[in-house]
Amino acid sequence: MTDKFETLTSTCIPLPVENVDTDQIIPARFLKATTREGFGDNLFRDWRYDKEGNPIPGFVLNNPTYSGTVLVAGKNFGSGSSREHAAWAVAGYGFKVVVSSFFADIFKNNALNNCVLPVVVSETFLADLFAAIGKDPKMTVTVNLEKQTITNNANGATESFDINPYKKNCLLNGYDDIDYLLSQKDKIEAWENNRL
Amino acid sequence: MKTLFDKIWDAHVVSAVEGGPTQLYIDRHYCHEVTSPQAFNGLRERKLQVFRPEKTTCSPDHNIPTMNQDLPIQDPVSRKQVEELTRNAQEFGLTLFGLGHEKNGIIHVIGPENGLTQPGMTIVCGDSHTSTHGAFGAVAFGIGTSEVEMVLASQCILQPKPKKMRITIDGQLKKGVTAKDIALYVIAQMTTGGATGYFVEFAGEAIRALSMEERMTVCNLSIEMGARGGMIAPDETTFAYVKGREYAPKGEAWDKAVAQWKELKSDEGAVFDKEVRFDAADIEPRITYGTNPGMGMGIQECIPTLDQIDEAGKISFSKSLEYMGFEPGEKLIGKKIDYVFLGSCTNGRIEDFRAFARFVKGKKKAGHVTAWLVPGSWKVEKQIRAEGLDKILNEAGFELRQPGCSACLAMNEDKVPAGKYAVSTSNRNFEGRQGPGARTILAGPLVAAAAAITGEITDPRTFL
Repeated sequence: MTDKFETLTSTCIPLPVENVDTDQIIPARFLKATTREGFGDNLFRDWRYDKEGNPIPGFVLNNPTYSGTVLVAGKNFGSGSSREHAAWAVAGYGFKVVVSSFFADIFKNNALNNCVLPVVVSETFLADLFAAIGKDPKMTVTVNLEKQTITNNANGATESFDINPYKKNCLLNGYDDIDYLLSQKDKIEAWENNRL
Repeated sequence: MKTLFDKIWDAHVVSAVEGGPTQLYIDRHYCHEVTSPQAFNGLRERKLQVFRPEKTTCSPDHNIPTMNQDLPIQDPVSRKQVEELTRNAQEFGLTLFGLGHEKNGIIHVIGPENGLTQPGMTIVCGDSHTSTHGAFGAVAFGIGTSEVEMVLASQCILQPKPKKMRITIDGQLKKGVTAKDIALYVIAQMTTGGATGYFVEFAGEAIRALSMEERMTVCNLSIEMGARGGMIAPDETTFAYVKGREYAPKGEAWDKAVAQWKELKSDEGAVFDKEVRFDAADIEPRITYGTNPGMGMGIQECIPTLDQIDEAGKISFSKSLEYMGFEPGEKLIGKKIDYVFLGSCTNGRIEDFRAFARFVKGKKKAGHVTAWLVPGSWKVEKQIRAEGLDKILNEAGFELRQPGCSACLAMNEDKVPAGKYAVSTSNRNFEGRQGPGARTILAGPLVAAAAAITGEITDPRTFL
């Protein structure tokens, strides 16, 4: 069992950079931990802190103007390494949703496995959202997983997003894939007897 | 009529989850120290055993030093992670090629060289470069730690079926052009996210002509254009490579296996969701100039100018060049470099060391260049010595280090200092990938060798 995903309305943290790779989300030198906890402290580490560990004022996570549980990022978010630590860092920081026009495959799976919802929106919706946040950092979005919609509450625009019904069910109810697979042991053994 | 990918995928479907992903059976699971501890902890919390322990092979590689491996690892956090892999392998009854073991090395190097990787298999590992094994005509892809736990618990994972793409490279490569250059060329054409959602089959005359190690280099990098994996239909080159390796089938079982493997090709008329063709003659030795592997160019070309970049990408492009210390429109030939790294799951095999050694033979390393030559495994290291390549390298001013992932991701001490330029045969030039502030220029082993000798970005063909 994992957390359940509830409908949320939140302000956003904007990161209008494309191709944000998992080495930026969590650099390799922080992958030495053997538990899932604590990665949020080093989310975007080298953009967020200087060599001495002081916050870099220009970076969005250090700017008190912006807050919220929704990260809005440029296209192709999460490319590169398969490290689930990237999803743990995003979740650990407190994000529930990442909005982008495009996600890398492995990151998308990893996020879903950690109750972080990747929401794919159109390029236009994304551009409007960045503009709206720029204009009013207190603007909000509403993400409704049940209805599969995201609403930009500044202009009222709503888009629906895709998620496969199985994963949706898992997120809404807090099931995980291992629970499911363990319930399939007979089928797995039958497959092995047939094939191997 | 089926594609190669469909044949292997479909044969491994245990069930289709209603309205959801496929439950896929996994033949081979590779496991390293960085992405597995949380999965083993998960098994303990659920009080589970590993379902099919004989199908998982473990080797520490990411986090190990490349000097003095006989001594305890200095960094206590790294040491703990490596020790935890040993403990987990012992507790759950898994094969471990631990630190110091003759079969230890980068997991994507040792799988093939020991015959664990075979055509027709489904192969996963908590590492995106698992796509390497697709070179054998296997469906091989990287997974996250939750999925590692799924495989340990059930020998299955749940995956949406990707779309299929075929990339055909016609014709013959020009002199001085390597498999790495093919891959960097294709990634630049496709862009870093251009194959996301697809599984790619590489085909065509230029691919057929490649050795197994070269095919591994090409498939290894398929993730760098976002592809779920890359693969090449097995042929006589494949069978000759696999035959006789420790874990390969023997005797009658071998004959039976080869007969089955010969069926592993895309049927004529099989339909791909996307088809792309390139001409091998268009490929030059390549380098990257930016901070993702798609930001690359022929070694003689100029970095694009800002007006050649689309509007939405301008911020990222400028940020990237600023990090690299390059100007739009700049040519990089003759640019002074500081480090050279030969190694990684991309270019850490014996053929890479042969190519590098042949190039530097009788020449001298540039005085200001620090060169890290890191074999992909102990078997590669042994072969380097058996062929006397170590002597050639030593005479040219190079030293061999011990096997591991090393400066590819700089989890150990092999970090390129901030602001320094490294010509690397590895797979990623992301910001900070080779150390905080490090500036990576990806290239093949010949470009790396040329840079090591002259101390600057050099077209290796000027020496050939």
